[in-house]
Amino acid sequence: MTSSAHEGAQGPHHASGAAPVALEAIGIVKRFPGVLANDDVNFDIQTGEVHTLLGENGAGKSTLASMLCGLYQPDAGRILRNGVPIELPSPRAGLQHGIAMVHQHFRLVDRFTVAENVVLGSRDLSFKLNRRELNDAVAAVADTYGLPVDPTATVGDLSVGQRQRVEIVKALYQGAEILLLDEPTAVLVPAEVEKLFENVHAMTQTGKSVVFISHKLGEVARISDRVTVLRNGCVTGHVASKGQADAKELARLMVGRDIDLAAQRASHPIGHEVLQIRDVNLTMNGVNVLSNISFNVHEGEMVGIAGVAGNGQRELADVIAGLLSPTSGTISIGGAMSTDRGPIAARELGLAYVPEDRLGVGLVPSMSILDNLLLTRDRNIVVDRASVMPEATRLIDEFEIKANGPEHMARKLSGGNAQKVLLARELSGGRTATKLLVVCSPTRGLDVGAIETVRRLLDDARSAGQAILLISEDLDEIMSLADRVLVIYRGAIVHETPGETASLEKVGAAMAGLTQGSA
Amino acid sequence: MNDNIWVLMTGDSVALATTLILAALGALFTERSGVLNLGVEGVLLTSAISSFIAADSSGSVWIGLIVGSLAGALLAGIHAVLAVVLRANQIVSGLALVIFGTGLANYLGKPYEGKTISVKLTDLTFGPLTDIPLLGPILFEQDIITYLAVLAAVVSSLYLFRTRPGLEVRATGDDPATVDAQGLMVSTIRIRYTLFGGLVMGLGGSWLMLAESAAWHQAATTNGVGWIALALVVFASWRPIRLVIGAVSFGFTLQLPYTLQAENITFIPQAFLQMVPYVATLISLIALSRPGSTNALGAPKSLGIPFVRDER
Ligand SMILES: Nc1ncnc2c1ncn2[C@@H]1O[C@H](COP(=O)(O)OP(=O)(O)O)[C@@H](O)[C@H]1O
Ligand SMILES: [Mg+2]
Repeated sequence: MTSSAHEGAQGPHHASGAAPVALEAIGIVKRFPGVLANDDVNFDIQTGEVHTLLGENGAGKSTLASMLCGLYQPDAGRILRNGVPIELPSPRAGLQHGIAMVHQHFRLVDRFTVAENVVLGSRDLSFKLNRRELNDAVAAVADTYGLPVDPTATVGDLSVGQRQRVEIVKALYQGAEILLLDEPTAVLVPAEVEKLFENVHAMTQTGKSVVFISHKLGEVARISDRVTVLRNGCVTGHVASKGQADAKELARLMVGRDIDLAAQRASHPIGHEVLQIRDVNLTMNGVNVLSNISFNVHEGEMVGIAGVAGNGQRELADVIAGLLSPTSGTISIGGAMSTDRGPIAARELGLAYVPEDRLGVGLVPSMSILDNLLLTRDRNIVVDRASVMPEATRLIDEFEIKANGPEHMARKLSGGNAQKVLLARELSGGRTATKLLVVCSPTRGLDVGAIETVRRLLDDARSAGQAILLISEDLDEIMSLADRVLVIYRGAIVHETPGETASLEKVGAAMAGLTQGSA
Repeated sequence: MNDNIWVLMTGDSVALATTLILAALGALFTERSGVLNLGVEGVLLTSAISSFIAADSSGSVWIGLIVGSLAGALLAGIHAVLAVVLRANQIVSGLALVIFGTGLANYLGKPYEGKTISVKLTDLTFGPLTDIPLLGPILFEQDIITYLAVLAAVVSSLYLFRTRPGLEVRATGDDPATVDAQGLMVSTIRIRYTLFGGLVMGLGGSWLMLAESAAWHQAATTNGVGWIALALVVFASWRPIRLVIGAVSFGFTLQLPYTLQAENITFIPQAFLQMVPYVATLISLIALSRPGSTNALGAPKSLGIPFVRDER
C-alpha cells in the first residue's frame, strides 16, 4: 500500500475544515419493493477530493449514487449543491449541476464512434454535426486529463478499459465537476486500475471531485481521501484516511464482524486425472473463441481459471458441460470421452455444473426450489415430488437458504440464496456421484457471509476428492482457493502457476495479455 | 414516342416504388427509434380510403393527401400508445393494427366500393425533357409526390447520419438506457418517430390511392405493399438511400409479370413472377423476427424491445 499516487495531490484536505462542500446529501431514504436500499444516509463531497463509498454488494451504493446524479428520486432527504438545495428530477438536471455518473454497466452505444458517444445528449450541440470539429473537441478534453482515446474509433471495438475511459471523457466533456464512478475497477485488470488511479488523480488536481464506489478494500485504502461505509443501506462509518485507511477496520465496518477469508488449499494429495481437455478449439461466427486449450484437473484438486470477462471463460465451461461442441479437440471426464455427447452424457459421467447465469442457465426462475432440484434427479415420466421433499428440506436447512420452504419460487430468491440452491443441487449429487465440479463466478454478487459459506462448501467438496474447476473473474478468489491457476486471454491459456506461489503482478499482466507462455 | 414497353415499364416501376419508398421510410424512422410497427399494411389501407373520401368530397387531391397522411399518423398513434406508453408486445400490437386498419378501411370504404375517384394526381410535365429518349419518360414523367419521395429519402439519410436529432434517434433505437442516462426522454422520442413514421406511411397510402389506383377495391388496393415495405427496410439495412434502390427493384419485380404478359412473353409462368416480391418479403420478415440475425443485418439493437428504466 503506497501513497505515491497522492504525492502531487493539492486537493484541500478535509481535516483543515476549510474545503468547500461541493455536494451534500442529508437524510436520504430510498425504498424499493421489499428493500430499504438507503436508510437515512448522510454523505458529502468536498471540492477536489476522492470520497469513497464502500460497501458489500447490495449495500445501497449504486442506489445512493443514482440519486445523486438524478437517475433515481429519493423518497426522503435533501441534496445541496454548494450549500444550496437542489432538485434532481433527471440525469439531465444532474448534468446541469455538474454531476455525472459512470455506471457499472456502461452506457455507450456500441455502433457509434467515441466522439458520437461523447457528444450524445449534449445540449449545446448544433443541429448539423461537424464531425471534424467534434473529434477535435473530444480529443482536446481527453488530452487534458491524460485519457488517451481515439475519437473516431467505434466503441464496439474497444476494450473494457478503453470504454470506461470514453465514459469518463464523456462526463468531463459535459462539464462534470463531480464524477460518480460506480465500481470502476470491477472490470479492469491490475494495470488498467493503475492507469485509472492516475486519471482520477489528474481530475482531482484540477478541482474536480470524485465519488469512488467499490467493495475492494485494498484499492479503497489507496485512493481515498475519505471513506464512507454503507451496510444494508445505512452508513456504518466515516473514515478520514488520506491514502492510509486501515483495511481491517474498513472490513469490520463493511461486514459488521471480523471476517476471515484466508487462503485454503488442498489438504490431501491429489489423485487421478478426472477432467482431461486436449487441444480444444472453438470457432463461433468465424471468431476463435477458444484456441488450443489443454489441461487436466485431478481428484481433490481445484484449478482456477482467471481472466477478464469475455475471454472465453463462459464458452469453456459450456464446452465442458456439453452445452457446446468444440470445433476440434477432445474432452473426457473420469476417463470416458464426453466430446459431442451433450449435457446429459456429461452429467452421467459425474459432472456437476454451476453456470455463471444463475437464473438463466442454472435454475428455472418460475419453478420452485423443489422442482429445480428434481431437474437433475431421476428422469421418470411421472414426477415424484414426495420422494425428493425430505432431501429438499434438508438441503434448505444445511445450506442456510432463506426461503419459505421447498415450494418457494426460484425467481423470488435473492442472488445469494439462488446461488446456494444451485450449489446445493450440484454439490449434493444427482443420479451419478459428482466427480467433477465446474463452477463459474460462484460468489459474484454475494455478501461476505455467503462468500465464506460458498468457499467452505467448495473446499469441502475438494477435500471429499472431487475435481473442481473454478472459473472466476474475481482474482482474489482464485488466488486464495485454487491449487493451480491458469490465465485465459482471448480464448487461450497464456499463463500457468501454482496457487500457493502465484504472483498477483504476473497473473494480472497475463490477464491483460502482456505475457506469452507459462511461468 | 413512349411506346417502348420496356421504357414504360421502368417508368412504372419508379412510380410503383413511390408507395414503397414512403411506406418503408415511415417504417424506417419508426424502427430507427426502436419501435417495430408491423401494422404498415393497415396504416396504408386506412390512409388510402381516408384520402379517397377526403379528395372525393372536397374535390382536391391535396386535401386528400393531407387527410390521408393524418389518418396514418393517427393509426400509428394507437401503436405508440400501446407499444411505448403501455409497453405492450410490439409484434402483437402491430399485427392488431393490421387487422384494425384493414377492418376500418373496409368499413369506411363500403359506400365507395368500386367507385372511381373524381380527381387524380397528375404527372408533372417538364416539356422537352420528357422527350429525351429512354430517360425522358422514366425521369421526367412522374408526379410530384414521386419526386418528393426520392428527395425525402436523401434528406432522411442526411438527417439520420449528419444531424444531432438523427444521432439521438439512432441511439434510442440501439441503446435507450444510454439515451435515458443522458437525460433525453426515450418515450418522447419513440412516440414522436412512431407518429412521424405513420404520417409518412399515410402519405404513401394516399398517393397509392390518388395517383395509382382508379378505384377503391378494399384490401386489393394495397395488395400487400405494406408487408413488402417492412421487408424493404431489412433489405436496406435501415438506410434510406439503399431503400430507394430496393424500392425501385421491388417496383420492377411487382411490375414485371404484367409487362411480360402484355408482351406475350410467357416462357416463365406468370404466377411465379408474381410470387417473387412476396417470397423475398417472407424471407426477410423471417430474418427480422430472429433476434440473433437482426444485429448482423444492421437492425437497431433494441428494435421491438420496450424500454423500462431500471427503477422498478
Ligand atoms: N431498481 C431496483 N429495484 C428493486 N430493488 C433494487 C433496485 N436497485 C437496487 N435494488 C435493491 O436495493 C439494494 C441496494 O442495491 P444497490 O444500490 O445496487 O447496491 P450496491 O450498489 O451497493 O451493490 C439491493 O437490495 C438491491 O436488490
Ligand atoms: Mg452497485
